[in-house]
Amino acid sequence: MNPLIPLFIAVPLAGAFLTIILGRFLRDAGRYTGLLVLLCLAAVSIFAAATINGEVLAYKVGGWEPVNGIPIGIYMVMDNFTALVLCIINIVGFLALIYSVTYISQYTSENYFYSLFCLMVAGMNGVVLSGDLFNIFVFLEIASIASYALVAFGVEREQLEATFKYQVLGGLASLLILFGIGLIYWKAKTLNIADIKIAMGSNPDKIHYTVIQLLLLSGFGLKAAVIPFHAWLPDAHSSAPSPISAMLSGVLIKAAGIYVLIRIFFNMFIISSEIAVLITTLGALSMVIGVFLAIGQWDIKRLLAYHSISQMGYVILSVGIGMILLARGTKPEVATLAISGGIFHLINHAAFKSLLFLNAGAIEYRTGTRNLKEMGGLSGLMPATSSTSFIASMSISGIPPFNGFFSKLIIIIAAILGKFYLLALIAVIVSIITLASFLKFQRYAFYNKAVVGREQEIREVPFPMVFSMVILGLLCVLLSLLAIPQIRDMFLTPAIKVLTDPQLYTSTILGM
Amino acid sequence: MTVYILCFILFLVGLYGAITRRNLVKIVISLSVMEFSVFLFLALIGYVEGGSAPIIDPAKPDALYVDPLPQAMVLTAIVIGLATTAMLMSVIIRIYRKYKTLDIREIKNLRG
Repeated sequence: MNPLIPLFIAVPLAGAFLTIILGRFLRDAGRYTGLLVLLCLAAVSIFAAATINGEVLAYKVGGWEPVNGIPIGIYMVMDNFTALVLCIINIVGFLALIYSVTYISQYTSENYFYSLFCLMVAGMNGVVLSGDLFNIFVFLEIASIASYALVAFGVEREQLEATFKYQVLGGLASLLILFGIGLIYWKAKTLNIADIKIAMGSNPDKIHYTVIQLLLLSGFGLKAAVIPFHAWLPDAHSSAPSPISAMLSGVLIKAAGIYVLIRIFFNMFIISSEIAVLITTLGALSMVIGVFLAIGQWDIKRLLAYHSISQMGYVILSVGIGMILLARGTKPEVATLAISGGIFHLINHAAFKSLLFLNAGAIEYRTGTRNLKEMGGLSGLMPATSSTSFIASMSISGIPPFNGFFSKLIIIIAAILGKFYLLALIAVIVSIITLASFLKFQRYAFYNKAVVGREQEIREVPFPMVFSMVILGLLCVLLSLLAIPQIRDMFLTPAIKVLTDPQLYTSTILGM
Repeated sequence: MTVYILCFILFLVGLYGAITRRNLVKIVISLSVMEFSVFLFLALIGYVEGGSAPIIDPAKPDALYVDPLPQAMVLTAIVIGLATTAMLMSVIIRIYRKYKTLDIREIKNLRG
């Protein structure tokens, strides 16, 4: 597995540049190179997740070995948690790209689209894999700049306005992150995540340590659109072309925001209960405010974007509960349960939220509107879109047998076992409001009286779009298998172990 | 210590500009000011009192050098900052063509 690690970054980067060069000679070059690149990446990521088996693998770029036990090279680290997130990025990316083949042909300059898409995937893979803070920053910027351009891909009024907002706030987030990295380097004199833990862990200066944590929390919180920092998300995610919305909501906010937050707070900082309480509060706020902002929306994609904030709140909440319990040192098994619920929900959210955005794109492709009041009766006209969006809506609202039910159940059980009764109650109530909001979506889009006189024009979307939606719909059902203990032990438990057992990550990288 | 405080004041000046200005170009300039205050900070933390440029000279084995790593970081960050600013400026040009204004109060199609 070790020599395959750099492929996750090298292949999409090469794909991005090849697309532009080949595009000069062949008109459709981008489509095929893009599909080929993402197919390779999806296959390698599935292989990685299947074979990693609880180990932590470190790839040293250029073969720079540590000197006197101090790592000096660039490290790429692969463990079970990384492998899961890589699977999400590359599989959702592949399906979104298949969908784009027909969807994006409405726009001009298709080749630039595929090139930027590959760059975005390269950036996200890099963020997830890199083992030092500065490379996380660099790859984060690659992914962000590609996504700024992709949000503005239609160059209409709304897209430009949304991308300007997104860029200013994204730029602010990058500055906060860079400032935090500078403060860390000032004291620790190293950038390697495992080494920082050793260098700062022994005797941290309390104020300095807290300032760093707050800076990085707000920086990555901005990228993840946690509630006080959420203003850009509904605009950016609803203005982008639909496959890009699916990538942004389904993958980018997780890889660039939540993943890095989880990674640095568990593997780099020593968890303190004040920060853990702060993170849990932010999660609970996102959950509640996100869903209340969503319920009044009539634009489908804005509705879905606000639900992303709310669902990410679940992930942050459960990870926060795990952190509080770990910081107190009581009930480690409940902490493990809470974190596993959070990561399970992260995976599930990638499946159902990207599916919902693809559905919204399919509806827009045929009816030309995103306003729920102008649609109706689509269930008979677009059967595949209607049935897959029903699966996704039920998943996100937590109805059994779909995947969202199991992850929400685990989160709520963990909250009750950890004696956070109020948070458990909030989680249940938010889930019910989510259900109400999605019943509204289903009723107005698919089951209401049809808009008169449009029946002949509206039919099912072309095959590539249906294909992606059906595969994601199947994934929504199949992912609930992760709740079965044997399968959970294979994929989720080792991923949690890397986070809860700090020795495992640090010792492998430093070679102790 | 004074340099660090001046650096932080520069950051706050940029933040003030980004929040209060109404003109899109001025917002971008404020962002750049913030960006450069962070770069300055990174360059400062690598400075060693009395250190010379970090090129190892075999003739002077015990010479004092400044830390080269923050310098490399600043170079990378400057390139990234350039890309972000160029991207923002091109978006502003497009916005101006569509809206015929750079005033942020008149560019508000997205609400709610």
